[in-house]
Amino acid sequence: MDEKEKLFNSGVLVAPRKGAVRPPEDLWRKKKNGLVIIECPQRIPCNPCHTSCPTGAVKPFKDINDQPEIDYEKCTGCANCVAVCPGLACFVVDLTWGDEDQALMKIPYEMLPIPSEGEIVECLDREGKAITRGKVIKVLEPLRDRTRVVHVEVPKSLVMEVRAIKVVKQS
Amino acid sequence: MIRVRQTEVLVIGGGPAGLSAALEAASLGCQVILVDGDLALGGQLIKQTHKFFGSKDERAGTRGFKISEILLKELKNHRDRVKVHINCTATGIYKEDGVVSCVIGEEEYFRIKPERIVMATGAQERLIPFPNNHLPGVYGAGAVQTLMNVYGVIPGKRVLMVGAGNIGLIVSYQLIQAGVEIAGIVEAMDKVGGYWVHAAKVRRLGVPIFLRHTIKEALGDRVVTGALIQEIDDRFQPVGREKKIDADIICMAVGLTPTCELLWQAGCEMIYVPQLCGHVALRDQFMRTSLPHVWVAGDAAGIEEATAAMVEGRIAGLDAARSLGKGDKEDLTERLEDLQKRLGDLRGGEVGQKICQGLACCSIQGWGA
Amino acid sequence: MDLIREHPILDFKHGRKVRFTFDGEELVGFEGEPIAAALHANGIRIYRLTPKRRQPRGFFCAIGKCSSCFLVVDGVPNVRSCITPLRTGMRIETQRDKGVIALDAE
Repeated sequence: MDEKEKLFNSGVLVAPRKGAVRPPEDLWRKKKNGLVIIECPQRIPCNPCHTSCPTGAVKPFKDINDQPEIDYEKCTGCANCVAVCPGLACFVVDLTWGDEDQALMKIPYEMLPIPSEGEIVECLDREGKAITRGKVIKVLEPLRDRTRVVHVEVPKSLVMEVRAIKVVKQS
Repeated sequence: MIRVRQTEVLVIGGGPAGLSAALEAASLGCQVILVDGDLALGGQLIKQTHKFFGSKDERAGTRGFKISEILLKELKNHRDRVKVHINCTATGIYKEDGVVSCVIGEEEYFRIKPERIVMATGAQERLIPFPNNHLPGVYGAGAVQTLMNVYGVIPGKRVLMVGAGNIGLIVSYQLIQAGVEIAGIVEAMDKVGGYWVHAAKVRRLGVPIFLRHTIKEALGDRVVTGALIQEIDDRFQPVGREKKIDADIICMAVGLTPTCELLWQAGCEMIYVPQLCGHVALRDQFMRTSLPHVWVAGDAAGIEEATAAMVEGRIAGLDAARSLGKGDKEDLTERLEDLQKRLGDLRGGEVGQKICQGLACCSIQGWGA
Repeated sequence: MDLIREHPILDFKHGRKVRFTFDGEELVGFEGEPIAAALHANGIRIYRLTPKRRQPRGFFCAIGKCSSCFLVVDGVPNVRSCITPLRTGMRIETQRDKGVIALDAE
């Protein structure tokens, strides 16, 4: 087993695969409000991403164990799926946000403390490494169930790396 | 003389399966007694802070402890028909007269003579052998969850998790939510056994998962102060150097085994099924065991997810009530078929494959007349 | 007590605070919660010593099945402390042996 496969087997996505694909570049670059990235590469019995999608962008499941398939034309970046997904596997990335080299990510968050708007937080990659810092733009609790969706501004070059945030204590 | 209480349906165990069984039986008009050894109903559900998988029918996207609240609320609607005893252990079942003995707390004994029994006794934690595994600080994962998520007690400062199945992964995530540091997760196999997304959740928070590793020894004189872990090869033989991990808790999430003592005592036909993690009762498609008055549901019928346990509980509760002549025949047939289909759907994924193999070994197509 | 003060998902509702003793030391816990949880919150991890080898044992399964957390409560040995609710004034002691049950003299 090579290192990449070993890493994947421990829960780290190393390359796109079924259920964990990259949005089409052209559409993504110009889609205001962003497009969803779902990282759900294993067949498990779960479908709330589909049932919560208001536009049908997450296509209907033939079998509840199917990995999600996305019709990116229909995705509006609403982040309903980000808030509901039991696996915290949905992220929205808006490449039209802010300056040329910036992007906005909508990331699920279920830890303490809750960051406040304007706060600078650490942005973690899939292995928990702090790879950059980002400014919190908004903190929402769409389903009123304590899963927050944190909108954070990150460098555009890191949108395929950043997958979590960590609030840092001000020293 | 200890008096004997009569009831139509006795449900043993008030977790997801037992609650569901009691609800369905009561909804069809059965008199039900529900006993549970714990101080609160809900079983493992009350400690689950994560959102459940499944579909809308199984309340996907709702946190486990919330699902328990919903079930308990539904149970209240049937309070005239369901008598609940908590802190009440079913200690024995007597073949000669079908009496079940129970004890509330440590001293208050009583007996129940039910017409039908649903065994929803759940599961118990496994432990693996290693030096010093008896030290205080080596805790079952379910126990750690109880401490922190039910009673709000901080279990420790730094935890080594053993096992990367769903429980090991979920409890690790929950420990982080409780403010506890995770030193790492040790897993003997070459991939996580739980859902990949659960693993991804803890990995992105910086938790290392040591695949193909095992715990060699717990360190500490009177209580746990750390552990030695080591890599293992394809034949599970240790290779390479031992690593020392500082931790005051070693959390064991190496699997569960069905709680089956009462099923044995009752005289149900039992079979050992590795895929279901232990001895389980043979059962038909309605969860009825070889004894026509005994049903089984949930982890007691084979280790699986709580979502499936709830569906099994419903099937067992409905069928037990049906056997007492309750309900409308056609309506029941339809509902049972629908539940069976849902169960099949839930088992269609990667993790469900193993369950299906196991079920093939213990399922009977009807016990006949 | 080692209690979780803030949690991102859960709210903890504790019962009445009550006093009890452990090996003579006065401690505080919440009424109705398991004795084992109250002891753990007070930093106590050793609940009994094995009869022969005097090895420490503590909390383990929390479902009243493993017998690791047996304690002596108000003179009664082998109490499953993980599922026995704490009451005010309980006299709790480390169990140092198999436990002797005091039978009524008749």
